[in-house]
Amino acid sequence: MKTWHELPPGAVITEPGSSRNFKTGSWRSYKPVWNEENCIQCMLCWVYCPDTAVKAEDGKRCDFDYDFCKGCGICALECPGKKGVKAITMQEEGA
Amino acid sequence: MRQRIYWSKGLNMLTPLNLKELSKQPELFAPGHRMCTGCGAPIVVRMVMMAAQYPLVVANATGCLEVSTSIAEYTSWKTPWIHNAFENAAATIAGVETMYRSLKKQGKINDEMRFIAFGGDGGTSDIGFQSLSGAMERGHDMTYICYDNGAYMNTGIQRSSATPFGADTTTCPVGSESQGKQQQRKDLTRIMAAHGIPYVAQASPSHWQDLMRKVRKALDIKGPKFINIISPCNRGWRTKTNDAIQLSRLAVETCYWPLFEIENGVTNITVTPREKKPLTEFLKPQGRFKHMFAPENAWMLEAAQQHVDACWDRLQREQTLFVQPGTSE
Amino acid sequence: MSRMIAATGNEAIANAMRLANPDVCSAYPITPATEIMHIFSGYAANGEVSTEMLLAESEHSAMSACIGAAAAGGRVATATSSQGLALMWELLFIASGMRLPIVMGVCNRALSAPINIGCDHSDSMGARDCGWIQLYSENSQEAFDNMLQAFRIAEHMDVRLPIMVCLDGFITSHSIESMRWVDESAARAFVGGYQQSIPLLDIAKPASYGPLILSDMYMEYRKVHEQVMAKVPQIVSQIGAEYKGVSGRSYGLFESYRLEDAEVAIVVMSSAAGTTKDVIDRYREKGIRAGLLKPRLYRPFPYEEICRALQHLKAVAVLDRSDSFGASFGPLYLDIVASLCNQPQKPVIINKVFGLGGRDYMPDQAEQTLDELIRIAQGAPVTCAKEYIGVRG
Repeated sequence: MKTWHELPPGAVITEPGSSRNFKTGSWRSYKPVWNEENCIQCMLCWVYCPDTAVKAEDGKRCDFDYDFCKGCGICALECPGKKGVKAITMQEEGA
Repeated sequence: MRQRIYWSKGLNMLTPLNLKELSKQPELFAPGHRMCTGCGAPIVVRMVMMAAQYPLVVANATGCLEVSTSIAEYTSWKTPWIHNAFENAAATIAGVETMYRSLKKQGKINDEMRFIAFGGDGGTSDIGFQSLSGAMERGHDMTYICYDNGAYMNTGIQRSSATPFGADTTTCPVGSESQGKQQQRKDLTRIMAAHGIPYVAQASPSHWQDLMRKVRKALDIKGPKFINIISPCNRGWRTKTNDAIQLSRLAVETCYWPLFEIENGVTNITVTPREKKPLTEFLKPQGRFKHMFAPENAWMLEAAQQHVDACWDRLQREQTLFVQPGTSE
Repeated sequence: MSRMIAATGNEAIANAMRLANPDVCSAYPITPATEIMHIFSGYAANGEVSTEMLLAESEHSAMSACIGAAAAGGRVATATSSQGLALMWELLFIASGMRLPIVMGVCNRALSAPINIGCDHSDSMGARDCGWIQLYSENSQEAFDNMLQAFRIAEHMDVRLPIMVCLDGFITSHSIESMRWVDESAARAFVGGYQQSIPLLDIAKPASYGPLILSDMYMEYRKVHEQVMAKVPQIVSQIGAEYKGVSGRSYGLFESYRLEDAEVAIVVMSSAAGTTKDVIDRYREKGIRAGLLKPRLYRPFPYEEICRALQHLKAVAVLDRSDSFGASFGPLYLDIVASLCNQPQKPVIINKVFGLGGRDYMPDQAEQTLDELIRIAQGAPVTCAKEYIGVRG
C-alpha cells in the first residue's frame, strides 16, 4: 500500500481506463455461453452489455470477456438468435 | 425563422449508426467499474460516448455512476473527467467550458471538444436543479445528460422528484398508513424545454439508434442541451439482473417514457409505439409497484395510467401544433 | 516609486485581479464584495482583461464553476463574503483537496442569524479548517499587495492550493484610503503566467479528477495536505521579500509593531490593528512598553515564528473579531495559545472579542485592554480570561 509520499497530487488519476485492472468477472454466479452457430451477428449483445464484456473485432462479435462479465444475463435475454434458438445461454458458474 | 446553429463538423468521417461500424471505434468507457450487475447506467454511458464523434470532457455528479467508475487509482473514463460534488455537475462543466472559451479566445488552445455532464435524477432534478437551470440559462455550450433511474439509488433507494407515482422507496415505503410515493414525477424534460434552450430530448437505451442520433444532434448544436435517459436499476426497481433493456423498452411502449425531442421549441415524437401497451405491463415486473396490484389500490393503477395517458395525449397534440422543419414559414 | 492615489479596498482587490488577468472569474453578488465584481466586470466589458466572466446563479455554483475552470487549466479568481462564503463551504474543501489554486477576495462580514452586513471575521474564521491559505489585510494597500502576491503563492508549484485574501467589510472594502499601485508591467511580470499541472483540457492525456478514496488511503491524502501547508510560510516569506523589488514594500508572516522590547502586547488582525497602533504609540509616549503583533498569514498559522515573537512578553491580549460559540475562546486566541503553551516561559494570555457585526472598534477599547495587561504584568491575577468588549450591559 502506498505511503503518503507516493500519492498523486489531488488524488488525480492519470491512467485513463485503469479500471481494466479490476477484474469484475469474479462477481458472477451465472456465465453467458456463446453458441456461434446460432449467432446472426446482430451485435445487440455488444451494445447492451453494461460491462463491455462482449469482445468485438472487425465489426463482428467474438467470445465474451470473462474478466469483466458480471453475469447479468441482458445479452441472453435480448439475443434474437437464429430461428427462435438463442445464441447465448446462461449457465451456472462453476457447475 | 427558426435557426439551427451548427458547429462545422470537425471530423470528416462520421461513423455510421450501425453496430458493426460502431464496434470498430475505440471504447471510451472501460470495464472493471463497480456498477451493479445489469445496471442501466453504464449501458447509457457507453451508448452516449460511442455516439459522440468529438473529443469529450465529462463532469459527473456524485452518485452511482461517479462512485463506481472512479475509486482510488481505478477510473473507467478514457476521456478527461471531473467529479466535484453532488449538486454541481452542471456548474462544474460550465466552468470547464468557460475556461475553454477563454483559452481559445487567447489563442492558447485550439482543439475541438465537447462538454458533457452526467447526473442521476437525484443530482439533476432535486439537489442539482439550480445548478442545471443556471447553466442552461447562461447558454453554455454543453450537454447535460440525466440518467434517470427514478430514485437516489446510490444511498439505498430514496425517493426523488423523478420517482414515479406509487413507487415504494426507503423514504416513502409502503405501510399501513401510506402506499409509496404520492406525487407524480416532476417532468424535468419539459421544465428544461421551458428554459428555451435549443435542444431537449428523452431517450432510452432500448432504442439505441434513437438515443445515439439524439446525442449526435445535441453535440452538433451550439448552446445548452439536455437529454433525459431512462436507466433501469434492478436493485431499486426490484427486478431481475437481466431486464434493464426489456424494461426500458416497456417504458417506451407503454408511453411512460415517450421518446421525443424539442428543438428550438418544436416538439417531435421520434418513436411512436406501434401499439400503446397498458402501463401495468411496465409496472408488473417491478417489485417497487407490487402493492399497487392489491385490489384496494386499484385507484393507484388508474391514477398512474391516467397521468401517462394525459402526458402522452398532450405530447401528441403538441407535435401537431408545429410546422414540420423543412417547410417554409 | 508610483504616485499616491485614493482607493477603496474593493478597488484595490479589483485592480490586483486586473493585473493578474485571470482566465475565468465566476462570482455572485454579496455585500460588501459585490463591488469588486462591478469594477472587474467593467474591465472585462472593456477588454482590459482577457477574463471570461461566469455570472453564476449562486455562490455555490460560482465556486463549483471556479473548480471546473481551475481543473480545466487556467488562472481563476473570485470574491465573496459572509453567507456566500458559508454557502461555498463544502466546495472550499473540494477545491483544496483537488489542489486547485483559486484566488478569492473575502470582504469579511458577519454571518446570519441575525442577518448583518457589518464587518467581523466569522465568515473566514468559520472556514479556517478547509485547507485554504488565508491572508489578512489591514487596509487597501495591504489588500492590493496581498492579492497580487496571492496568485504567486497559490500557483507556486510546491503549493498549488487555493487562497483567500481577507479584508474588513466596509471598513476597508468601502473606505477610501491613500495607497500606491505598482507599476503595471512590473506587477504583471511579478505575477507572471500560470501552468496547470494536469489540465482537463489536455485531451491527449485524459485525467480523472475527484475519485472516491476509501479509508485505506484518505488519511494519507490528508497527511499530504498537511505537509504541503507546512511549506507555505516559507514561500509566503520568499514572495513577500521578492515583492519589495516590485513595490518597495516587503511582507512577512505577520507584522511586529514595537514588539521587540515590549512587556505587554495586543495581538489583533486587519483594520483594528491600525487603530491599535495609534494607541500603542500614545502608551509608549507615556513610557509604557507596549507593542502589537498583527498576524497576516493566518492559515497555515506560523506557530513557531509567532511563539518566538511573543515569548518574552509578560502579558498578551488577543483580540478576536469573531467568536467560537461553545469553544469558549476566539479562534485567534486558541492559535496564539497553541503557539506558546509548551514554552517554559510564556506570557499570560487573555482573550477579548470585539467588533462583531460591524460594531466599531474604538481607541478606548484598546486602552481598556492595555490597562488590564499592565495590571496583569505587575502581578495582578487574571479576573477574566475572555470578555466581549464594546458591548452594552
